[in-house]
Amino acid sequence: MWSRLVWLGLRAPLGGRQGFTSKADPQGSGRITAAVIEHLERLALVDFGSREAVTRLEKAIAFADRLRAVDTDGVEPMESVLEDRCLYLRSDNVVEGNCADELLQNSHRVVEEYFVAPPGNISLPKLDEQEPFPHS
Amino acid sequence: MAAPMLRWGCRGRRWAFARVDGGSCHRRGAPTGSTSNRIRGESSVAQQPLHTAQKTRKGEHKWAAVVGLEIHAQISSNSKLFSGSQVRFSAPPNSLVSFFDASLPGTLPVLNRRCVEAAVMTGLALNCHINKKSLFDRKHYFYADLPAGYQITQQRLPIAVNGSLIYGVCAGKKQSQVIPKTVRIKQIQLEQDSGKSLHDNLRSQTLIDLNRAEGQLRVDANISVHHPGEPLGVRTEVKNLNSIRFLAKAIDYEIQRQINELENGGEILNETRSFHHKLGCTMSMRDKEGKQDYRFMPEPNLPPLVLYDATSLPAGADPQQVINIDQIRETLPELPSVTREKLVQQYGMLLEHSFTLLNEVGLLEFFQNVIKETRAEPKKVTSWVLNTFLGYLKQQNLAVSESPVTPSALAELLDLLDSRTISSSAAKQVFEELWKREGKTPGQIVSEKQLELMQDQGALEQLCHSVMEAHPQVVMDVKNRNPRAINKLIGLVRKATQSRADPVMIKEILEKKLSL
Repeated sequence: MWSRLVWLGLRAPLGGRQGFTSKADPQGSGRITAAVIEHLERLALVDFGSREAVTRLEKAIAFADRLRAVDTDGVEPMESVLEDRCLYLRSDNVVEGNCADELLQNSHRVVEEYFVAPPGNISLPKLDEQEPFPHS
Repeated sequence: MAAPMLRWGCRGRRWAFARVDGGSCHRRGAPTGSTSNRIRGESSVAQQPLHTAQKTRKGEHKWAAVVGLEIHAQISSNSKLFSGSQVRFSAPPNSLVSFFDASLPGTLPVLNRRCVEAAVMTGLALNCHINKKSLFDRKHYFYADLPAGYQITQQRLPIAVNGSLIYGVCAGKKQSQVIPKTVRIKQIQLEQDSGKSLHDNLRSQTLIDLNRAEGQLRVDANISVHHPGEPLGVRTEVKNLNSIRFLAKAIDYEIQRQINELENGGEILNETRSFHHKLGCTMSMRDKEGKQDYRFMPEPNLPPLVLYDATSLPAGADPQQVINIDQIRETLPELPSVTREKLVQQYGMLLEHSFTLLNEVGLLEFFQNVIKETRAEPKKVTSWVLNTFLGYLKQQNLAVSESPVTPSALAELLDLLDSRTISSSAAKQVFEELWKREGKTPGQIVSEKQLELMQDQGALEQLCHSVMEAHPQVVMDVKNRNPRAINKLIGLVRKATQSRADPVMIKEILEKKLSL
């Protein structure tokens, strides 16, 4: 989720500043292989769709890589932006539920108060089986 | 989401001798990881091999197997781990589901205090170090019964680590000897459960119920083999283990399978396998997608979980909002190992007896109630409770709570025995009568059936005399030091008294008469 937010956040400036690229690739891995894209698409169910999108991803990674320039020796990583907040503890009382009818209305298909889903996970078609980059 | 659960595990050469209360098994599809809304823990990885399998046929190096168990245990609470919907068995599908449990956008997890307390209690009971700060993470994978697309768990920094559990292994002849063993607990973590999937293969669909709260205890086993001294081997995860017996079979099978595979030049894949109990083997569940990548990330909606103890408790803090580890430690009931030790010290019973007393629900209480009411020696009570009483229960498959014999009744019976009012065999007869649930007390049964031991010394001496007169040959045998003859004589007298005489007394009288 947060990665998507970052992704979306980066999209806008990249769109406006076409000339942005990272000077050098510290890891020497500027290009992202088709296999990695396929893996990412399967993991996150994101459709990269076009060569442009992949390029944008490469640029985003290069941009994020600039964090490595910061010296973080001896600095404790931040686990959460909420680290100074108190985690609220709820009393163990039953205060919700009992709304099956309402929830089931969200489902395209329902069988006797069960949500209906396809059997198991449906495999994504392999990269070579897909149409090569449909026009976005 | 669903019922809050504790997941914990132990790795070592043996597995914990835990009781499994049924526990349903639902087929999981692609994901390699196991998920449950439970407290989850993993045992420590053994650095040295603890179990040595048999020597290989080829006479090569020995193999050592390493076994780790992931145990998912449901927390006993009213509401769920992250939502206020109810935890209950057998409710109509999706009736115990809140908006958060259904992963509707905009809903947030709210941690249940009771679940944290339960996790701390479990950690303390298992001798763990309780982490004063623990973190929540998201574990991502796609499956229909996980509507959010991730499960909230504690992967990086769980609530408790580095514990241990002492348990007993039955060994020796007749499996009567109990050997204490220790297993290490790697960690205990709080995590959500996923939903329940019902696979309808006929219509090629899956029905999803997001209630969860089913299967109170579940185990997955992780197994690898290696040569002692070398690094640990690749491990496989075995699922679909519905009983201790299948757990043992699956582990034995998988160890041997891995050894065979490696000896034949093959390799072990880091995969999930399912145990098929009818075939007695494990089979790969791995789908073509390959290894799962859970993309762990911190749960952004939950701050770190901070626990306190007596010294660190902030002054003036709202007691509802802080958890004091020391306070929880005080509320812990007496742990089984402590109880067993006390029993051994106090009543002089064998360690295995203490295990038996604690392994049967209600038996310890029954035993203690009898002890309270009877004059008889504790060893006698132990023997009667563990042999006679338990024997009858097992024969008729009854729980202690269903027993027709009350602790008072048994106590009265043992008093009669102790005061030598009845003989040992008469007592067994009375017990059998008591079991018939006719509402009679032991005293009543004894007088009705005239089971009292003959108290009249004179009458007994008379009987001995007449028996001796009637069986001169046997008397001769006794005088000739035939060792079995005296028993025969005692038997004859007993018969003459209709088993109402104490054999010890009979023997004394006979020996006196025969001037032995």
